[in-house]
Amino acid sequence: MDGPGIDFVPHIPRLRRYARALTGERSRADDLVQDTLERALIKLHLWRPGSDLRAWLFTLMHNVFINQLRAQAGRLTADDEAAEVAVRPTQTDWLEVRDLQAALLRLPEEQREVLLLVGLEQMTYEESAGVLGIPVGTVMSRLSRARERLRGLLAGGAAPAALKVVK
Amino acid sequence: MTATPVTEAELHAYIDGLLPAERRAEVDAYLAAHPEDAQRARTWQEQNQALHAWFDPVLAEPLPARVRRPALSRRMPPVLRYAAVAAWFALGGVAGWYVHAYNSAKSADSIAFAREAMIAHVVYSPEVRHPVEVGADQEAHLVAWLSKRLGASLKVPHLQGVGYQLVGGRLLPGNQGPVAQFMFQDGNGRRLTLYVRRGARDSSETAFRFAQERGVGVFYWLDGKFGYALSGEIDKAALLRVAEAVYQQLNP
Repeated sequence: MDGPGIDFVPHIPRLRRYARALTGERSRADDLVQDTLERALIKLHLWRPGSDLRAWLFTLMHNVFINQLRAQAGRLTADDEAAEVAVRPTQTDWLEVRDLQAALLRLPEEQREVLLLVGLEQMTYEESAGVLGIPVGTVMSRLSRARERLRGLLAGGAAPAALKVVK
Repeated sequence: MTATPVTEAELHAYIDGLLPAERRAEVDAYLAAHPEDAQRARTWQEQNQALHAWFDPVLAEPLPARVRRPALSRRMPPVLRYAAVAAWFALGGVAGWYVHAYNSAKSADSIAFAREAMIAHVVYSPEVRHPVEVGADQEAHLVAWLSKRLGASLKVPHLQGVGYQLVGGRLLPGNQGPVAQFMFQDGNGRRLTLYVRRGARDSSETAFRFAQERGVGVFYWLDGKFGYALSGEIDKAALLRVAEAVYQQLNP
C-alpha cells in the first residue's frame, strides 16, 4: 500500500494535554480530541502532504472547540474589545481561584488558547496565529492580556484594573 | 547612545525564547534598569513553568481507546486503518474524481458533499463492532436525536422492499454542520449509507447526480430542506433503484 503514511497517533498526547488545559475536564477534553481526530479523517484530503501535521491538527481542534462553544452558548465573543468591561475586582474574583486550572478557566477562551499554544505547546507566535486564524498582532495582545490577567488571579488580590467578563 | 526601546512584545518573546539572540543583551540591560518589568517577565516565565508542571503529566497517560482509534475498525490496527483511508485518497487522486452530472450545472458544493458522504461511507461501513451509534432497535430515539441535532425533522426510509434493513445511524461533523448517517444492510451483509445534511437553502431541484470513486458509487440530490447522498459498493443501476426508493419514501 503506497499511502502517504499519515499517522496521527504520535500527536495525540499533545492534543490531549492541550485539550485538558483548555477544557479543564478529562472527559470533555477527550471528547474534543476524539471529535478532532474524526474530523481529521474526514478532511484528510485537505491536508497538504509535507506540511506540518501537528499544526493542522491543532487548527482542526481549535475549529471544533469554537463550534462547540457556539453550539453550547449560542453566542461567541466576536472580538476582544467587546468583552472588555472595566469592573472593580471583587473578593470572589480571586478567592475562588484555588489552582492554576481554575485560574485558566477564568480567562476568556480566546486568551486561554493563545496562552496555552505559546506557553504550553511552545508554538511560535506565527504558528499560533496560523492555528487560530488571526493576525500575529492579535496573538500578542491576547497573550499580554492573558498573562496579566493570570498574574492578577494567581497573585490573589492584585487583580488588574480591567477584568475580562467571561459570561 | 540611544538603544532601541524595548517593546511589550519583546518582553514576551524574551521569556518565550523567541527573541533574536542579538537582541537579548539589550533586553537584559533594560530589565536590569526596570525592576517592575523584570518582575512581570519573571512571573510570566513562572506561568509557563507552572503550565508544564500542571499539564505535562497528561503526556504520560495511557491513551484511552476512544481517542486512539476514533471510529476505527477492530479488524485493523489503527495506524493501518488510517493508512488504508489515506491510500484510498491517494489512489482516488490518481484515478480521478469523475462526476456524471445528470444536470449539467455542477456545483462544487454538492460535489464536496458527495465526497464527504463517500468518505464517511468508506470509514464506517466496514465497522464490525461499532457500525452505528444508535441501532435500529431504537429507531424512534435515533430519528428524534438526529432531527434535534440537525435542527429539522428527519425521516428514515424503510428499504425492505429493495432488500435492505436499517442497521442504525450516527451523527457526524460535516463541512457545514452536523450530518446524519444511516446505515442499511442486505441479506449478504452488503452495506449502503445514506448521508443527510441540512441544506444551505431550500431547493426545488431534485435531479439525481452520480459520482464514483474506486468502486464506491454515490447518488446525491437535494430535496427541500435536506441534501441526501446514498453511497454503496454496488453497481450503478442497483444503487439507483435504492436511491429512487429512498426518494419516494421521503416524498410520499
